[in-house]
Amino acid sequence: MSASLVMFLVFIAITLWITWWAAKRSTGSSAYFAAGRTLTAWQNGIAVAGDYMSAASFLGIAGIIAFQGYDGFMYSVGWLVAYLTVLLIVAEPLRNAGKYTMADVLAYRLRPRPVRAMGSLSTLTVSTFYMIAQMVGAGALVSLLLKDSGISFKTAVLGVGVLMIVYVVFGGMLATTWVQIIKAILLMSGTVLLSLLVMAHYGFSFSSFFNAITQVTYHDANGNLITQNFLQPGLRYKPPYGALDLISLGMALIFGTAGLPHILVRFYTVPDAKTARVSVVWAMVIIGSFYILTTFLGFGAATIVGRDFIAKNGGTNMSAPLLAQALAGDLFFAFISSIAFATILAVVAGLTISASTSFAHDFWTNVLHHGKERSPGEEVRVARVTAFVVGAIAILIAVLLGPNANVAFLVALAFAVAASANLPVIVLSLFWRRFNTRGAVAGLATGLISSLALILISPSIMKTDPIFPLENPGIISIPLGFLGAFVGTLLGREPEAEEKFTELNVRANTGLGAEKAISH
Amino acid sequence: MTQRREAAIEKTDLTPLAGAETDVAPLGRQGLKPPHELTADEDVDVTQWNRVAAMDEFKSLVAEKRKFIIPATVFFIVFYFALPVLVGYAPKLMSVKVLGVVNLAYLFALSQFFVAWIIAALYVRAAGRFDEMARNIINRLKSGRE
Repeated sequence: MSASLVMFLVFIAITLWITWWAAKRSTGSSAYFAAGRTLTAWQNGIAVAGDYMSAASFLGIAGIIAFQGYDGFMYSVGWLVAYLTVLLIVAEPLRNAGKYTMADVLAYRLRPRPVRAMGSLSTLTVSTFYMIAQMVGAGALVSLLLKDSGISFKTAVLGVGVLMIVYVVFGGMLATTWVQIIKAILLMSGTVLLSLLVMAHYGFSFSSFFNAITQVTYHDANGNLITQNFLQPGLRYKPPYGALDLISLGMALIFGTAGLPHILVRFYTVPDAKTARVSVVWAMVIIGSFYILTTFLGFGAATIVGRDFIAKNGGTNMSAPLLAQALAGDLFFAFISSIAFATILAVVAGLTISASTSFAHDFWTNVLHHGKERSPGEEVRVARVTAFVVGAIAILIAVLLGPNANVAFLVALAFAVAASANLPVIVLSLFWRRFNTRGAVAGLATGLISSLALILISPSIMKTDPIFPLENPGIISIPLGFLGAFVGTLLGREPEAEEKFTELNVRANTGLGAEKAISH
Repeated sequence: MTQRREAAIEKTDLTPLAGAETDVAPLGRQGLKPPHELTADEDVDVTQWNRVAAMDEFKSLVAEKRKFIIPATVFFIVFYFALPVLVGYAPKLMSVKVLGVVNLAYLFALSQFFVAWIIAALYVRAAGRFDEMARNIINRLKSGRE
């Protein structure tokens, strides 16, 4: 049995114990969906970071930087700055006015059934996109790592899927949160260690490290040896559309985070808006430090391991684990890989719980059954069944796909959908008195449809002669989402929604009437 | 009604009943609920929300928040998008080496992290003041009721 397998099993054992512990404590909807709203700021902050630093961040960004240099670092920057949108605009009003899901805030003053149905649809879409990326990462990792131990790609994906279903079905939000916290701490320590090793390789001299980055050598597609300055922008985003694509990516990243359902639900797990705010700051400190360190992971992989070697041994997504192997041997490789594995497991659990909460709370209870649980605990039961179904679908898709695309890039598409569909309606419903149900439904629909349609006709899907030249649809679909919401709103007036704006505004700003923590 | 619901779910569900019992109107209904259908929560609160919204303290809280949040948001969006715009449209300028071989593009990207942290710190400091204003409003409401 290989060392990596042992480390995987240890991590799995710890998380299963947490799930068992959480399952004993978890009674009732608020406990299941929102961890009883009792998390402290640092706990939630680390969990937000854990939810956010996905396979895309660890495997994906390192891969893009290792292959295309500076342009990959643009992902790192966007993913941190995005938290200012969360901090300044969304987190506190959401905590004050919502209950379990993103659609709660929309349903507050709009007609609940249409907005919840649409909100639930877009939550499920974004979560699925995100999950595809994670599963691709898991597939790439496992097929590289465990190829000698006789575990096939399919078995491994099945294992990840089953574990995530167990966490979510039995442990709910409390177990998911603690899995995130452990994973975030592991990921940070692994990243710091890896960065130190990279610097040790260069004798702790920044100048020799950066000098090496300016002279990265690799073979291009025609077999010619190329020496390239990897600090030079434009290796990925080339003219004529590179600049626009970069702006489009930036828009998707900084407006998408505040529309990600699995991040938004985290703000319901704390007792009040102040704790929500402080937890965002905790998350920003951890996430920011992590993304600065991607400099060492990515450029380290480019200079020490080299593009040619990575391409032959698992592809872009394997840059960080291969760097670990090159620097400190197989045991450290196993350690870093099991951290990446833990990362994927934790993020997938977070995605599953937000998707299943949205289905159970928004669609099942509020759309189908008029906001009433027909029997005590029904909503939680439905969520558990949904987690099971979502997990099964994710396993299926992951097995059907393969470890081909870069996972950071795949996740950026999920951000584009979130930024185009969710963000416009959240912001307008919090700040625009005139905003109404028609506007929300129109905004969600145009954002969702336009971003998905543009992805379908983009170079990512249409390899030759794409109709839409940009990889990321954000620059078109985000304004379209806002436009849809505006036009829809202006088509009619909804006195009830305008009247309830006062109440929402008072609640959002003062915290009056907000959901309280459970006292144990 | 509320009490019966409370009794029925007391043992299994610890969810506080702060929200309205149902926020869903029956199929096909337009406009406001008739008074007899209002849940206790809605019935009590309609007047109170308007009263709070009309308070000077509340108005100045909202104004103070805007005074911070709007400029901060505009600033970080402009500062952030300067990076992809410059990198995309002025690659020559961004390739200028500033610190040894380290170019302007990398330093500008790095500065984004610190600017984001500084804005967050400034906001947390300002938000302490907002919290106090909100607490004053709540305290005044409480004392008014007694």
